[in-house]
Amino acid sequence: MTQDILVYAEHLNGEVTEASFELLAMARKLAGATGGSVDAAIVGPGASGLAGSLGGADRILVGDSDSLGDFNPQGHAAIFTTLVQAREPAIVLLPYTSVGMDVASIVATATDLPLVSYCLDLDASGGLTATCQLYGGKVEVDVEIDGDRAIFAMLSGSASADDGRAGGAGAIESIDAAVSDLSIEFVALNEPESGDVDITAEEVLVAVGRGIESEDNIEEAQELADALGASLAASRPIIDQGWLPKSRQVGKSGLSVKPKVYLALGISGAPEHLEGMRDASTIIAINSDPQAPIFGVAHYGWVGDIFDFMPELTDRLEG
Amino acid sequence: MNIAVLLRAVPDPVEELEIDGEDLDRDFLGFVLNEFDDHALEEGLLIKEEVGGSLTAYALGTADEVEQMLHTAIAKGADSAQMLGEDLDVIDAHGQATAFADALRDGGYDLILSGVQASDELDGQVAMLVAAELGMPHMSVVISATPDGGDLKVTKEFWAGITADYRVSLPVVLGVQTAREAPRYVAVARIRQAQESGALESVDFDDPDPTDRVRITGMRLPEVGDGAEMIDGDEEAAADKVVEILAAAGVR
Repeated sequence: MTQDILVYAEHLNGEVTEASFELLAMARKLAGATGGSVDAAIVGPGASGLAGSLGGADRILVGDSDSLGDFNPQGHAAIFTTLVQAREPAIVLLPYTSVGMDVASIVATATDLPLVSYCLDLDASGGLTATCQLYGGKVEVDVEIDGDRAIFAMLSGSASADDGRAGGAGAIESIDAAVSDLSIEFVALNEPESGDVDITAEEVLVAVGRGIESEDNIEEAQELADALGASLAASRPIIDQGWLPKSRQVGKSGLSVKPKVYLALGISGAPEHLEGMRDASTIIAINSDPQAPIFGVAHYGWVGDIFDFMPELTDRLEG
Repeated sequence: MNIAVLLRAVPDPVEELEIDGEDLDRDFLGFVLNEFDDHALEEGLLIKEEVGGSLTAYALGTADEVEQMLHTAIAKGADSAQMLGEDLDVIDAHGQATAFADALRDGGYDLILSGVQASDELDGQVAMLVAAELGMPHMSVVISATPDGGDLKVTKEFWAGITADYRVSLPVVLGVQTAREAPRYVAVARIRQAQESGALESVDFDDPDPTDRVRITGMRLPEVGDGAEMIDGDEEAAADKVVEILAAAGVR
């Protein structure tokens, strides 16, 4: 094995993702402790053209290939597995995203390396340790790894993407990105459907989460939003239930918003949600659980029942 | 189509969590079906209704919540259900995946569905680990899987609303985020019928050991309220204060 750190550089639609630059920043920090080099692997169509942007890496391993489409879970996992087997890095970093999830578990099983998900921070200065978030961000754990090699799936925000962008020009190497006998065929990439309201352009958003309890209660939140001249948004569970359209979803799989005011009602604040709203200028959170992670990013918070709070605020705004 | 759906009980996401040493205090903790698994079940039921075949639901352990969620799956339309092992309440994702893979290996399944993630999967996603153990192709963050000839047309979500369509040959393991339709409701009377149907089977086998390669050495509630100025008082005081905050932010 080596002391090297291998980063899976994720890209889609001709752009390297922010998550990938965060991984490079984390890798640089770890390389300071392990003394190894930082390698970044980028695979798929247009990889050669994107390699130059991965300046945070010492070596950039490029597998340019059109045969997999923009992303093929089976194909990308197979290529990255071969790479990890051949290079034997000490630490492998993937983003905990739709892409990283497809690759991480497959590579870990094929290489028999420990896998750690939901990672917030890593340390390699004295054995491998990690800090991770469990239970929708409600609990933090310290984790010790058995052995000196592992694969980590990192949550968004674990390091500064800008730090990962810095750096010179890494050496570029070509890798074999040919795979055959795939049973999954990429067909087409679809851009997001636009909705009746563009929540990314709204100054004020009233956002509801699981705490709204039922579809019937959405109306009460809508009344509050109307009184405030705001649009209604929601976290993923509400969208998945079909209570509001997908165009209203805030978070990792929905939209990122930066309104002047974000009023979060009954949203606990899972990491995936926080990712989409933490940059709002003023965040007000109302939740019955004093430990709800949303209070960690909110500027103002009140612990209590949203059904007590909503009519009070609506009255004041209408009066 | 021969379909298996893997269900897991997780701590109720709306409950406040308490910590006892290096684990949750589980004594008074409510467990519910992992919401993503509920979507996986719904997608499986929709596919079965479209092309016929059978659907078997699997879960680990014999806790009351586990039995209840399998009976609910039967009431919703699963043909049969299996409770695996006995003492599987606390086990890592690798251990869960091994248990599921052992149970599924000789089942001849065309399609294995489970939720894309669960809130306690510290050491990897069970659905993908099952795929890896069985050597089956896989895809996660699935938001639609519809039968198309002998294949599936599968839509995967990336981020910011971007999705991609795939043509997928069987067999395959899919980690479902959202079903095409909201998970169906089932009346309590139907669940009672399911309890009496005999469709739930308890399967005894050796409980896998946790792999213990990823050890939790400390657990804590994260510091919250660092940035948040907490508003004291009742809902009237809270509403008064929020009106002030809105004015200060220049939106009133």
